[in-house]
Amino acid sequence: MHEIVSKEILTDDVYRLRVRAPLIAEERRPGQFVIVQLEEEYGERIPLTIADADSREGTITLIFQAVGKTTHQLGDLKVGESIQSILGPLGKPTHIEKFGTVVCVGGGIGTAPLHPIVQGMKAAGNRLIVILGARTQKLIILEREMRALADEFILCTDDGSAGRKGLVTDPLKEICGRTPKPDLAVAIGPPIMMKFCAEATRPFGVPTVVSLNTIMVDGTGMCGGCRVTVGKKTQFVCVDGPEFDGHQVDFDNMMKRLKAYKSHEDEAHHKCHMETQADLLKEGRA
Amino acid sequence: MSHLSSPNLRQQAIDLLKDLDPRQATLKAKDRIRIPAQDMPTQDPAIRRRNIQEVAEGYFPEQARVEAMRCLQCRNAPCVEGCPVRIDIPGFIRAIAENNFAGAVEIIRRNSLLPAVCGRVCPQETQCQAECTVGKSLKDINQAVMIGRLERFVADWEREQHGVRLPPIKPDTGRKVAVIGSGPASITVAADVRREGHAVTVFEAFHRPGGVLLYGIPEFRLPKKIVEMEINALKTMGVEIRTNFVVGRTRKLMDLMVKDGYDAVFVGTGAGLPKFMNIEGENLVGVFSANEYLTRANLMRAYAVGQADTPIFRGRRVAVLGGGNVAMDSARTAVRLGAEEVHLIYRRTEVEMPARVEEVAHAKEEGVIFHFLENAQRILGNDYGVVTSIECLRYELGAPDESGRRRPVELKGSEFILPMDAVIVAIGNESNPLIRQTTDGLKTNKWGNIVVDDTGKTSIDRVYAGGDIVLGAATVILAMGEGRRAAASINAQLAASP
Ligand SMILES: Cc1cc2nc3c(=O)[nH]c(=O)nc-3n(C[C@H](O)[C@H](O)[C@H](O)COP(=O)(O)OP(=O)(O)OC[C@H]3O[C@@H](n4cnc5c(N)ncnc54)[C@H](O)[C@@H]3O)c2cc1C
Ligand SMILES: Cc1cc2nc3c(=O)[nH]c(=O)nc-3n(C[C@H](O)[C@H](O)[C@H](O)COP(=O)(O)OP(=O)(O)OC[C@H]3O[C@@H](n4cnc5c(N)ncnc54)[C@H](O)[C@@H]3O)c2cc1C
Ligand code: SF4
Ligand code: SF4
Ligand code: FES
Repeated sequence: MHEIVSKEILTDDVYRLRVRAPLIAEERRPGQFVIVQLEEEYGERIPLTIADADSREGTITLIFQAVGKTTHQLGDLKVGESIQSILGPLGKPTHIEKFGTVVCVGGGIGTAPLHPIVQGMKAAGNRLIVILGARTQKLIILEREMRALADEFILCTDDGSAGRKGLVTDPLKEICGRTPKPDLAVAIGPPIMMKFCAEATRPFGVPTVVSLNTIMVDGTGMCGGCRVTVGKKTQFVCVDGPEFDGHQVDFDNMMKRLKAYKSHEDEAHHKCHMETQADLLKEGRA
Repeated sequence: MSHLSSPNLRQQAIDLLKDLDPRQATLKAKDRIRIPAQDMPTQDPAIRRRNIQEVAEGYFPEQARVEAMRCLQCRNAPCVEGCPVRIDIPGFIRAIAENNFAGAVEIIRRNSLLPAVCGRVCPQETQCQAECTVGKSLKDINQAVMIGRLERFVADWEREQHGVRLPPIKPDTGRKVAVIGSGPASITVAADVRREGHAVTVFEAFHRPGGVLLYGIPEFRLPKKIVEMEINALKTMGVEIRTNFVVGRTRKLMDLMVKDGYDAVFVGTGAGLPKFMNIEGENLVGVFSANEYLTRANLMRAYAVGQADTPIFRGRRVAVLGGGNVAMDSARTAVRLGAEEVHLIYRRTEVEMPARVEEVAHAKEEGVIFHFLENAQRILGNDYGVVTSIECLRYELGAPDESGRRRPVELKGSEFILPMDAVIVAIGNESNPLIRQTTDGLKTNKWGNIVVDDTGKTSIDRVYAGGDIVLGAATVILAMGEGRRAAASINAQLAASP
């Protein structure tokens, strides 16, 4: 049982929970995630990134968007209530070293998994450019935290309600065009955003790390449900990832696989933010 | 196999027993051989296609006794040679014939910790029953003494009488042992080590313990209640079970000893890495590993529509690729989840199929359509990336390969298309690399299996391993046997070191 120590509502449907999980807090490293199950009899197992952790206090922080049944139930939990099971930390930690200049791009809820990576990259002595994007101002999360860490900070909204009007790929391209060009890009967000970020950096030859959010069951490499095609090879996101070379990932296949259970899951829930952004990005490209 | 109703089977046995019981002592070998083998009562195929309850219902006591009387009590007992853990088969069967069921269980328990499980899932026809004199004299292995069914019968009888019997436990020694995984190998180690008075903690990655017995082998073949009772027996013995704990990630293996003070570690992490065919279209929507499909169905209970949150992909036409137990389980699960047609596609012929004969027969009764000497070479999809069909190729059998089985040779130009909306890849499992990748100095072979010596010890001091992680995908009874051996070594080592 994992007690909820604090709860915040960041935007409409994005929540931040601090949850007691001392062992995970002690072992976790940036880039890793947990699998959460609210109830062991019939509950679903869903992956969530460890957005932050405090090993002294024995807590981890989860930031998530309510998109379906389990994430909604999670968002309804109150301080003092508990999550029945949390498995982790899973996945390979982010490869962190002093690269030089690192540009980190967060789209929507993707900003949450980006946060610990930005922290790690900063601690390793990198110069950091952070680009955050969202549909509209009130959907921006972690702006304060990111501003505090970034050497250069750019905000974009699709509707221009805050920061620059437009998509994150625009400033990303500009930055890649600078001399010297950045040494590394990290892009985390909706699949369509990561796909276009990878396309944006490709002509400049800037290595680009993306973090994939496939559907998972066990999270330990046992089922293959999370598999993606990376450079023509099949990889398991839960054990080989979740981070991969964005220039090698077959995003189109991954996006189709994410919809595998679409007709089975409750579609009555409001249209998910990821898709609205995806539509916009598509329009933006057209 | 045509389906005979249970009351019929029971009545036949009662009639036979009336005749046999009074003259048991004088029965000659030729009389015993003439006693008809007792059929297993099963659920009617038409009904069981739509439920997940156990298919084989178990012998009636009268049937068990009649079947036991078929045993010749061979002095050399070739059946015992065929059993990986060398159960005293004539001994326990004689006890059944004599109506001493408690005595029979006691004999089995000397060698096997999980008779209710092994009696159900052991590949008996290639092990104990393959060697049986009765089957040999009748020149039909299916006429051998039904050792597995008898084993299951007494194990079930024991459980229904008193629940799982607990062994006596020695006083606490103050030593503690970590057991990684909770499949049959680990269950065995936990029980055998705990008996000696050592503290035992089982670490399991999933939210429920039991390993493949729980997430792989379906309810209709092995009721989860049985696995749960074995696990509860461990808990009653004082074994601590920590679920949602993945060793290598939540804690590194060596840290269990260095930081947490465990005196020895047993690795029983199984062969949980699904193999894929590496053919075009394998990552389309609607293509699953058997592990994923079965886990969603069993562990996550996707069959309980409306209750379970975990969805499962319901195909109307489902193809299962493979010919082992895993393939049979997947095909029969697909039937139960409401598929209209389930096609099992296997490269060789029925003779070479590694699945248990009984499971194949059951699958056929349930309407699974078998394709022999065919194999998928491409999976095709639509614009949404969803499976629409598979392209197969026909094969013929050529010369035998290293395994002694005749090698399938493809017939050029024999491609044909089968429309499908789901494909389950069930061609086996390799070892899960997580422990290997996170434990320095742990020796593995080229297949990634952990290398152990003949005491079950790995290349690291005080670290033992057994079951599928050592053998590659094998069987429950072998996993249990390996667990026994490793537990004996751990107990010996703890006793020797002060
Ligand atoms: C490694 C990893 C880390 C993740 N980290 C976070 C995080 O920090 N915060 C966060 O909000 N989300 C994160 N996700 C996504 C999160 O797991 C899904 O949002 C969640 O599983 C949805 O569950 P649900 O029952 O609420 O919705 P469901 O009812 O299962 O699904 C609702 C909708 O979301 C889609 N969906 C289902 N699973 C996913 C998925 N894995 N990714 C994207 N869409 C999905 C469905 O197709 C459906 O349209 C992560 C995913 C992975 C693989
Ligand atoms: C579908 C299917 C059908 C089968 N049918 C039969 C049959 O009819 N007859 C038969 O004899 N055999 C059958 N088998 C094979 C048999 O189930 C296995 O040989 C046996 O279960 C192996 O036991 P084990 O103890 O080695 O490991 P497993 O039963 O595989 O259990 C390993 C456990 O370890 C856990 N684990 C893995 N890594 C970690 C980690 N790092 N930390 C913590 N926990 C971890 C896993 O979650 C799992 O629960 C079948 C297998 C499958 C998949
Ligand atoms: S354990 Fe398996 S092989 Fe041994 S006697 Fe029982 S059924 Fe036969
Ligand atoms: S070989 Fe067959 S007949 Fe002989 S002892 Fe074993 S079970 Fe009985
Ligand atoms: S989630 Fe099952 S293998 Fe990755």
